[in-house]
Amino acid sequence: MNLTLHVWRQKNAQDKGRMETYQAHDITPDMSFLEMLDVVNEELVAKGIEPIHFDHDCREGICGACSLVINGIPHGGKRGCTTCELRMRNFKDGDEIYVEPFRARAFPVVKDLMVNRSAFDRILQAGGFVSVNTGAVPDGNAVPIPKTDADRAMDAAACIGCGACVAACKNASAMLFVAAKVTHLAWLPQGKVERERRVKKMVAQMDKEGFGNCTNYYECEAVCPKNIRVEVIARMNREYLRALPKKIE
Amino acid sequence: MKLVNPANKRKYHVIVVGTGLAGASAAASLAELGYNVKAFCFQDSARRAHSIGAQGGINAAKNYQNDGDSIWRLFYDTIKGGDFRSREGNVYRLAQVANNIIDQCVAQGVPFAREYGGMLDNRSFGGAQVSRTFYARGQTGQQLLLGAYSALIRQIGRGQVKMFPRTEMQDLVLINGHAKGIVVRDLVTGKIESHAADAVVLATGGYGRVFNLSTMGLGCNVTAVYRAYKRGALFANPCFTQIHPTCIPYSGEFQSKLTLMSESLRNDGRIWVPKKKGDQRPPNRIPEDERDYYLERKYPSFGNLAPRDISSRSAKEVCDEGRGVGPTGYGVYLDFADAIKRLGKHIIEQRYGNLFEMYHLITDEDPYEVPMRIYPASHYTMGGLWVDYNLMSNIPGLHVIGEANFSDHGANRLGASALMQGLADGYFILPYTISDYFARAGAQNISTDRAEFRAAENEVEDRIKKIMAVNGRQTAESFHKRLGTIMWEYSGMARNETGLKKALELIPALREEFWKDVKVLGEAEDMNQTLERAGRVADFLEFAEIFAYDALNREESCGAHFREEYQTEDGEARRDDKRFAYVAAWEYKGVGIKPELHKEPLDFENVELATRSYK
Repeated sequence: MNLTLHVWRQKNAQDKGRMETYQAHDITPDMSFLEMLDVVNEELVAKGIEPIHFDHDCREGICGACSLVINGIPHGGKRGCTTCELRMRNFKDGDEIYVEPFRARAFPVVKDLMVNRSAFDRILQAGGFVSVNTGAVPDGNAVPIPKTDADRAMDAAACIGCGACVAACKNASAMLFVAAKVTHLAWLPQGKVERERRVKKMVAQMDKEGFGNCTNYYECEAVCPKNIRVEVIARMNREYLRALPKKIE
Repeated sequence: MKLVNPANKRKYHVIVVGTGLAGASAAASLAELGYNVKAFCFQDSARRAHSIGAQGGINAAKNYQNDGDSIWRLFYDTIKGGDFRSREGNVYRLAQVANNIIDQCVAQGVPFAREYGGMLDNRSFGGAQVSRTFYARGQTGQQLLLGAYSALIRQIGRGQVKMFPRTEMQDLVLINGHAKGIVVRDLVTGKIESHAADAVVLATGGYGRVFNLSTMGLGCNVTAVYRAYKRGALFANPCFTQIHPTCIPYSGEFQSKLTLMSESLRNDGRIWVPKKKGDQRPPNRIPEDERDYYLERKYPSFGNLAPRDISSRSAKEVCDEGRGVGPTGYGVYLDFADAIKRLGKHIIEQRYGNLFEMYHLITDEDPYEVPMRIYPASHYTMGGLWVDYNLMSNIPGLHVIGEANFSDHGANRLGASALMQGLADGYFILPYTISDYFARAGAQNISTDRAEFRAAENEVEDRIKKIMAVNGRQTAESFHKRLGTIMWEYSGMARNETGLKKALELIPALREEFWKDVKVLGEAEDMNQTLERAGRVADFLEFAEIFAYDALNREESCGAHFREEYQTEDGEARRDDKRFAYVAAWEYKGVGIKPELHKEPLDFENVELATRSYK
């Protein structure tokens, strides 16, 4: 099939950026969206046009590097699917496709479709861990963990940190991302030791990075490629309220 | 083993390149001890290193299942799985520390699968007859990496690690023969910079993308270890590369990667092809007695859980016979119908739900209804830079950990052992052994103003200029594809002398063409993905040659290295312990010049060199 692409091109963070139109030829249904872009890029290079830059690595939906807003929806709108997993069979011959970067004040564009998501690293750095050094730990079975708790922790821990939740939210809120980490650790006895400190510090950092607040539109859940549920946000709010009166260092 | 006094540790600086399981765990553990760490990764965040792609699990000899597991058994399985081409002492140490890894990860909050009683669950993996694999659904690598990453960011927050994302190592800097720094390219600005330290740790992963198509992330490359090799580090057993048996088959010229389907699927899936050649019927129309469950037939005691090399080769065999399935004829069925009948769809969904979804997304076929189609693909590289027992290369100060070194898996790695080795090296081995080097070499407080750094920076800049100046007609991507085809054809799952010699003619010719006709657009001093790719492909084009030399030199079949001339009558590998019970460590002699072979004999004091049989 042949497609018309409208792609955001921006030389660097300072550049204003603009949409450019390209044709994609001979696209097959088995191609992934990024493989389609590879094909377009090969043609661009042949014409002497610098290829479209985008983040990607594992191309199997787990590293969280790929992003892209496709026709207005982060990761293209297929449930539980990252851009790199999205296949071209979801499009048809003659389609026009708009491709833009994830947009949020806290995610400045690096080049074309690449954005800087280091704000996520800094939020986790504020408290998204258990303070345990290598070595002095008990046996893995020393503390039994109910299967349902471990499963719920895992549901939240599946987050790949792609940032689609932020890009989908009209407030550019990072609540789903932050809440996923808070919830993952709050379900486990190992994480409970520092729960107050963790949630307060992470929320403070989230606000500092310029992410907006949650106003319950649930767009984040709709686009999350790992199907993280908005329930985690409720849990984080509860954790936060619980921690509020307590003093942390 | 010498130690560094706790109060003196803060005087030492360490560079860690790569933030996968090995790199992140090492950087965090070294920082916890008080060393000053600089960590580098080319991804936009340390959390995205390709360890994240590992699905199935991590081994340890906890014997929680009471099935007779022990450190000895894990050691023996690993050394046998590697077809007796790894160093006994290293492997034993690995088995010893494996249990600590599980404890460490649990303490970090890694949500391993649990049983209803609250205890850790296990599953079985290929090449073992005990159930010793710990897992977190089909995302074990992700969860372990996020655990190591959480330890790393904690140290970044404390200021003990300085993190450099989107930064790629371009060269190693030696001072008086010791590794004392690196030259890097800032991938956002294109700036070339130097960093000095008292030691350099490479945790840069494997070189499986020499085949172009592989299960690895598209950014994975050989550059860091290859640069160290060009500076004098020995490259050990480069031809030992693992071709993973269960990947989604190739479907077209455009393809950028092959997707792995976890080996754990072989716990419940049965592998088969039609008995008849060219049987075009849909799988559910092929009656039971016209199916060949070839692994169960050939290896009754291990069946579908035969080790990876054996399973891969068997798949190739039946496809070469013309019994392969799917549009290309290069595929075999992995069938869950029996398991669904026995256990119910619900249980299968619990065990493999996310893998089934992934398969469905990619192929548009529902594996609950029709069998999966799978085919082998390049997945892991056992070879890597040569290291001693302390994980230090022959260049003093240069340490190599995780997949980037050659040490523990011999000629074939067992499933769920890569995560084990990466974390063992990073958490529990390197942090101790590096102190021996520090205590001997002393803290030197080296400055990047030294001439050695200037010289290395100039070389890096010249090379980039040279690539940009070619201004030819073909993309680096197209060269990579052609190199991949050569390597897969002549140096892939089965190799022979004629083919390897052919590869040794084709590779230099392709390299020459590359330097005459590659096209790189944009600017060097800017974010430039085509330049990044071209630099990596240029290194693969040189590295591929030592790979082929090594495969040609090793006139035996062992593990994943199968030389067609050396097989038994029923097509099994014929190892030659008399001539080849050694590590082949290659020394750089110049581009296009045959590297010099050094041999480290492998002495086995505690195991008997048996014929590896899984029948």
